[in-house]
This record gives sequence, C-alpha cells and structure tokens, in this order.
Amino acid sequence: MSQGHTMNRQLAWALGALLVVAVCMLPFLVKNYRVFQFNLVLIYAIAILGLNILVGFNGQISLGHGAFFAIGGYTTAVLMDKLGMPYWATLPFAGVLCFVLGFLMGFPALRLGGHYLALATYALALAVPQLLKYKKIEGLTGGVQGIVLNKPEPPFSFRFLGQPLNADRWLYFFTLAVAALMFLLAWNLLRGRIGRALVAIRDHPIAATAMGINLPLFKSTAFGVSAAFTGVAGALGAVCVAFVSPDSFSVFLSISLLVGLVVGGLASIPGAIFGAAFIQFVPNVADELSKAAPWAIFGVILIGLMYLMPTGVMGLIGTLWARFKPKAGAPGA
Amino acid sequence: MTLTRRTLTTHLALAGLAAAGLALPAQAQKKYDTGADDKEIKIGQIGPYSGPASAYGTIGKAIGAYFDKVNAEGGINGRKIKYVPLDDGYNPAKTVEQARKLVEEEEVLLIFNALGTASNSAIQKYMNTKKVPQLFVATGATKWGDPKANPYTMGWQPPYAAEGKIYAQHILETKPGAKIAVLMQNDDYGKDYFKGFEEGLGDKAKTMIVSKVTYEVTDPTVDSQMLTLKGSGADTFFNITTPKFAAQAIKKAAEIGWKPQHYLNNVSIGVSSVMTPAGLDNGVGIITAQYGKDPTDPQWANDPGMKDWQTWMKKYYPTGSLIEANNVYGYSVAMTLVQVLKQCGDNLTRDNVMKQAASLNLTLPMSLPGVNIKTGPDDFFPIERSQLSRFDGKTWVLFGKVYGR
Repeated sequence: MSQGHTMNRQLAWALGALLVVAVCMLPFLVKNYRVFQFNLVLIYAIAILGLNILVGFNGQISLGHGAFFAIGGYTTAVLMDKLGMPYWATLPFAGVLCFVLGFLMGFPALRLGGHYLALATYALALAVPQLLKYKKIEGLTGGVQGIVLNKPEPPFSFRFLGQPLNADRWLYFFTLAVAALMFLLAWNLLRGRIGRALVAIRDHPIAATAMGINLPLFKSTAFGVSAAFTGVAGALGAVCVAFVSPDSFSVFLSISLLVGLVVGGLASIPGAIFGAAFIQFVPNVADELSKAAPWAIFGVILIGLMYLMPTGVMGLIGTLWARFKPKAGAPGA
Repeated sequence: MTLTRRTLTTHLALAGLAAAGLALPAQAQKKYDTGADDKEIKIGQIGPYSGPASAYGTIGKAIGAYFDKVNAEGGINGRKIKYVPLDDGYNPAKTVEQARKLVEEEEVLLIFNALGTASNSAIQKYMNTKKVPQLFVATGATKWGDPKANPYTMGWQPPYAAEGKIYAQHILETKPGAKIAVLMQNDDYGKDYFKGFEEGLGDKAKTMIVSKVTYEVTDPTVDSQMLTLKGSGADTFFNITTPKFAAQAIKKAAEIGWKPQHYLNNVSIGVSSVMTPAGLDNGVGIITAQYGKDPTDPQWANDPGMKDWQTWMKKYYPTGSLIEANNVYGYSVAMTLVQVLKQCGDNLTRDNVMKQAASLNLTLPMSLPGVNIKTGPDDFFPIERSQLSRFDGKTWVLFGKVYGR
C-alpha cells in the first residue's frame, strides 16, 4: 500500500465529513423557501437515481417516469387523506406499488427495444394524468381538483443558529435521511453482482445471456426497482408540496427527469444530485432572464452544457479528477 | 422683559412641539405589513406564461401594463406598485413553489389574480395559514367565496353557480313548462354550474329537467350524448361545456334537426373559437350571460370606457391584441385591485387589504351597464350580475334586464 493511497482515502473521508456537516447546516443558513427548494432537489435526485438504474445502468429508455412519480405521490396522498396514515408510513406503500407496476411494465418492455420502448413509456406518461381524473376513482383521487394535504409538523423542536426547526426544515432532514437510504441501497445494488449483470445486459445482451444472466427477470426487475425509487420520490414530493393533482404530473415532468439524468451523468450515482439541482434551479434562472421565452433560454443553457460536458457533470468531474488527482503509486511517492 | 420674552419663546416652542406631537400620532397611523412602505407596494402574481394554458398569459401582462399606467400617473396615495409576475406553467406543484417564493423571498403584500382552479386550490391552505391575501383569483369556481373557512381568499368573476341560476331564472320567466335537457362536463366546473341551475329552478328542478348526460374531458366527441338528449323530447337545452365540446354540440344539434331553446355557458362563447367552427348559422338564437364589454361588439364602438381601454392598450400594451377579451379582463381586475389599495389609504396591512376588498362598491368602465362590483364581510363574490345576450349569426346581442344580486 503506497502512502498516496492512504492520503487519497483520508482526503475522501475529510471531504465526506465536510459534506455531511454542510448538508446538515444548510437549512439553518437560508430562508424557508430555499429550504423547500433544496428539499425538492433531494426528491428529484431520488427520482433521477431511479431512472438512472433503468436508463444509465440497464440501457432501457423511459420517457414515462413521471407516471411513477405521480402514482407514488397519489398513493401517499390517498393514504394520508382517506386513511389518516402518518406521512412516513406511506412511503413503503408507494415504493411497493410502484415496484409492482414497474415490474409489470417491464414485460412489454422486453419485447420493445430502443425507440419503441421510448414511445410505450411516453404513452404511459400521457395516460396517467388522465386516468387520475377517471370518475370511478374520483372519490379517492379528488378528480381534477386533486388532494390538499397537511404539512407534517416536526416531532420535536430546537433552535440552531437562531433558527427554529420548523416544518420545512424537519421535512428537509426527513427527505435527506430517506435520500441517504435510497442512495445507499442503489450503491449496494449496483456495485455487486446485480449491478454487473445490469451493465452486461446494457452492453451486450446476447453475451449476457450466454453468461447465464436471466434476461427477462433482470430487465423487469430493473424496471420495477427503478419505478420504486421514483415512486418513493413522488411520495416525498406529495408530502413536501402538500398537494397533488393530475396537472402536477404532466409529460413535462418525465422529460425533466430525463434531462436531469443526462445532465448529471448516465450510469453515475452521485450525478443524480447535480441533475436534480439543474432541473430545479435552471428553469427559475431562465425565467428571471427572460419572461417572454424562458424555455428558449433554458434550451440555450442546456445545449451549452452538453457541449461543455458531453458526459454530464459527473463525466466532467471524472475527467478533471483523472488529470489532477494526487498521483497514487507514482514513482517516488 | 427679556425674561418674559424668553418665556414666551419657550412657550411658543413648546406649543410648536406639542403641535408636532399631535401631528405625530397621525403619522404613526401609517401601518404596514411586509411588502408595503412609504414608497412602494409589492404585488405578486402567478400565471401560465408557458405551457398548455399560456393563452391566458396575456391577462398577467395586461395587469402589469395597467399598473404601469397607474405608476406613470403618480401611483396610489403616492406609492408606486412593484409588480412581480411569476410563471407556473399551469402546474399546481410549481404554483406552490412560486407562491412561497413570492411570500417568503420577494416578500409581497399579497398575491393577486393567480390563475387556475387547481393552482389556487394548491396554495389556498398555505396562503390562509400565512395570512397573506390571495386576492381576486382568476377562476369561477364557487369555493373562492367562503370567508369563514378562508378569510384571505377572494374570487372576482361571477361564480359558475350564479350564472347557472340566471339561466334557470330566465327559463322560469319565459317558459315555465319547459322540458330541459342538460349536457355537462363531468368535473367540478360542470357540477358548479349544474348546482346553481338546479337551485335556480327550485322545487321544479325535478320535473323540469327531463334528461341529464355527462361527458369526460377525454371523450373524443359528444355526438352520442346529443342523440340521447334529443331522444328525451326536451325543448330546452342547457349546454355546460368547454369550447371544443360546445362547438361539437351546437353542430350536432343542427345536424340531427334538434331545435331546442339553447343556453350556453359563458365559458364557451368565443365567436372565433366556438361559434365559427360550430357553423355561424347553427348558433343563431343561442342565449348566454355576459358581464363585460366584448371588444368585438360594434355597439361599444363609441363607448368612452371602450375608447379609454383602446387608448391604454395602444400606449401601455402595444403588443397585446385589441380583440382579445382577456385583455379586458386583466384591465378590469387590475382596476379593482387599485380601488382596494386606494381605499386602504395609509393602512397597508394584509388584514386591512382584506377588509377593504370586502367593502367594495364600484362600477367598472368595461363592465356592462348595471353590472357592478359589490362585496361585504359575508359576500366574497365581487361580480354577481350578468345580462343575457343572444347570438345573431355574427355577434352576441344583449337583451333584457340585468340578473343577479
């Protein structure tokens, strides 16, 4: 073991610890509205992570993950509104339901490749908001009017840096904990056998089958897990925004998630956070730059970004790291 | 002598001080909440400037253009309006974010004319918890006028239910033995209209309404519904539909030779968007209710209110359309807010804004004669009057009396 390697590890630990402290202090340094926005970033990060498992690692395309986000959100909203369940207890239900639906969606996905799968999932994204308005389930979903929820109050209170732990800050920490858990799960899932199998399917399905990977099972499971992650994100979104309605989950949401995925970096776990920050903040910046054509500005920023970092933010960070990292094991070290 | 004189001066000085002291409480009566001070009143607005409903975006722009006029003419009681419009793309989740931005970061005094029923539902609880006025929302649902449950929320245009009631009144007056068929969009908007209509008919509703069918927004056509309605033998038709379906219904009725007395809700009376695709001849004789002056109606060509509106449009909103009813809407609703702020005087607290909004009594230059804006502590419906008009194959022609409270 070279000295450089130990130094690298120490550096990584120090940076990690610093990051944890910063992330925990953050909500006490900014206004409530910003806390709410950071909360949304965490939520989108979980959704994009889910999408990444499918698109980045397994090579299946989805233009319809907004649908799972919606189903997750509605599951939580209905359980809270009709059964009076506490918000935290609804998350597993949203996750499991979306896993099942995602797994089922995985079957047609087996027969559809590439562009055809993109269209099938796109249809899903188009259909779900309209199905939510269906009158037979209106008693549950509230129809076009949606469901208004109560924002959860913090279970205890304290002050830090002169700021109280209010509902927004509490939810931020709750989301942060769930996000940490989801990222840990994804990391565990993807770096082991399953992760390698998913990547093998993406890179060469025939070779993967020859190696004994059960293609249908893995592809469907990848779809299910991906949908479950996005569903949990949707559930958190419903709690955080305290309102769901069909119009909240248009096709545009699905496209946004895909944009976040590509900006963050395909097949990169931490990239999801950068992608989430992008889809949360850049449209607002564009809106401030031009009221007349905010989405044109957004487009220009997006094109510029793709030109500068064709492999996403994580791709760029990887390249920079490779160039400037302390030379581990270099001669003389 | 000098002493007396000095005493006198002292007395005078004291008197002066006392006078100043008396003047002080008058000045101290200037009361402000976040978003207002001696120089400025900050007003937030949320509308669909992008996305599927961006055609409505012109309302927010017209509002801004009217505030520009007010500011150019010296502002309100010496204060300028700072207008902060934000885009929610007609997505309620985004409306929540933008409302929080306006209240917590921009620190506006109130949020004005946010557009869309779902969008306003999404922020209603938040606004009322924060006690920030959600004033003159741009939707006709009846639920915006409930001061007991939501004292910081108020609508503006006539609620759908009130309009439904007017048609019922007209039927009772002109044709008490009518057999009525109803076509209705199956959502809160449709139900609101129908509820008012039923209430208006009172006890006779059960016997008079011989057929009622619904459709979903997702249905491709309402052809089969129209056949059912014709089959019921009704001689009067209340058409509660949004523009696309309204045009289909009018056309289909003509095709199958059904000629009832046709009442069409105000939501779908656009000459270019509904009546033309339905066939102008097919629409002759249809009755609706209106509260504002239509910029395409030739009878207002020499009306001073209309002329002022056109002058303002040309000067402050030259890119806006001169035949667009939404620009009339923005102008009129902005005028209403300006009146509220004028009434507030130097007491620009959020509570006083709601108090003044709930004590309005004014007539707007672009409202129909006889249509006024009237509110009270228990009456959070500013416009409740409308006049009926009949389609003559080209435009809507007003007739009869003004209905409503």
